[in-house]
Amino acid sequence: MPEVLEPLAPQPQGPPSLPPLAPRTAPDERPARRTLLDQVEHLEAELSSLFMSVWPRKGFDFAVAGVGGGPRMLTLAELEGLRDDLAERVEDARRSLSDRTYVEEKHRQRIEEMLLEPEKHKWVRVGNEHIGEPGCKHWHVTPRWGILGMLMNWWRVKISSGCPLAT
Amino acid sequence: MPDPDLEEGWVDAELAEEFPGLALWTVRVERGSGRSPDFVRERLRQLASRITGGHVIHMRQDPVPWAYRVFWRQVGIDPDTDRTPVEQIALDRLKWGGLRSRNLLDDAITIATLETGVPVVAFDAANVGDAIGLRLTGEREHLGGSGRPLSSRQIVIADEDHTLAILSGEVAEERGVTPQTASMVLASIQVKGVPMISVEEALWTVVETLTEGG
Repeated sequence: MPEVLEPLAPQPQGPPSLPPLAPRTAPDERPARRTLLDQVEHLEAELSSLFMSVWPRKGFDFAVAGVGGGPRMLTLAELEGLRDDLAERVEDARRSLSDRTYVEEKHRQRIEEMLLEPEKHKWVRVGNEHIGEPGCKHWHVTPRWGILGMLMNWWRVKISSGCPLAT
Repeated sequence: MPDPDLEEGWVDAELAEEFPGLALWTVRVERGSGRSPDFVRERLRQLASRITGGHVIHMRQDPVPWAYRVFWRQVGIDPDTDRTPVEQIALDRLKWGGLRSRNLLDDAITIATLETGVPVVAFDAANVGDAIGLRLTGEREHLGGSGRPLSSRQIVIADEDHTLAILSGEVAEERGVTPQTASMVLASIQVKGVPMISVEEALWTVVETLTEGG
């Protein structure tokens, strides 16, 4: 057994004599590109759906800038950037819509309360724009018979649906 | 099954692999353009009366306009800035309060695009080759051969020798239809989600309008 216990001869250090084989083919981007294109399609569908849900409300931003350079086959990095921009815009729009609908729901509740107890909501005015509806309709708590109503605490909700004529 | 008179153009292999369902369909028509007759103007008026704000809003969820919208997005165009042809026509109608008659060809394309959602472009048959298809541009190419420079890897309609139009509809000046044009090649790009019947209807609407109005 003495030869077994002898230390091994030191191995030569340094780079191998032959360079490692260079890959002969470029990595296949196809699956990644396919996935990204599908994601872009899916996100565009979501964005369109949100756009429809938002209408006729105003003040929402749906813009996602194009990549530039005309209609062309995008690089993988450009596709990723586009996907990220779309995802961010969808998320923003969804959050903004959620916030807006919460406020609109509060306004709807307030209209109901105004109709039930107008004297508790003196001079309050809520319009269609506050509840996310088109048109100029508004609910306005005013005293019945002017000054007399104010003195007697006779209040009512006046509903107006007419839009002012264009000048 | 497509109409036998429609010809399917070639599509570059790389493009076909990237966008399954992408196709180019052409049809030749022995007509020129000219002034629109009254019945075409009347048809434009009738179509305009059907387009309302709500219609335009909902358009982006109609299957065919939506398919082009997605494709626009996938090739790097913002469809809210550079609109798809059908959305642009609908918005112009809202802006101008009607559909403006320009000439027989443009009016026929407007009618077909609004009816089907499918964009159509026209070339002067005398100035384009026989084999028309879709490909990517190479380095230092110009629209139509001598027009404005194009960036590389742009998606274009091309014949054997030249680029004829870019995907979003801009036709090379020297390949487009002029008052002297006697015969035309009409082309429509089909993308994933657009049924063949819509493409056929678009091209045949243009052919029919040109034939009846010429």
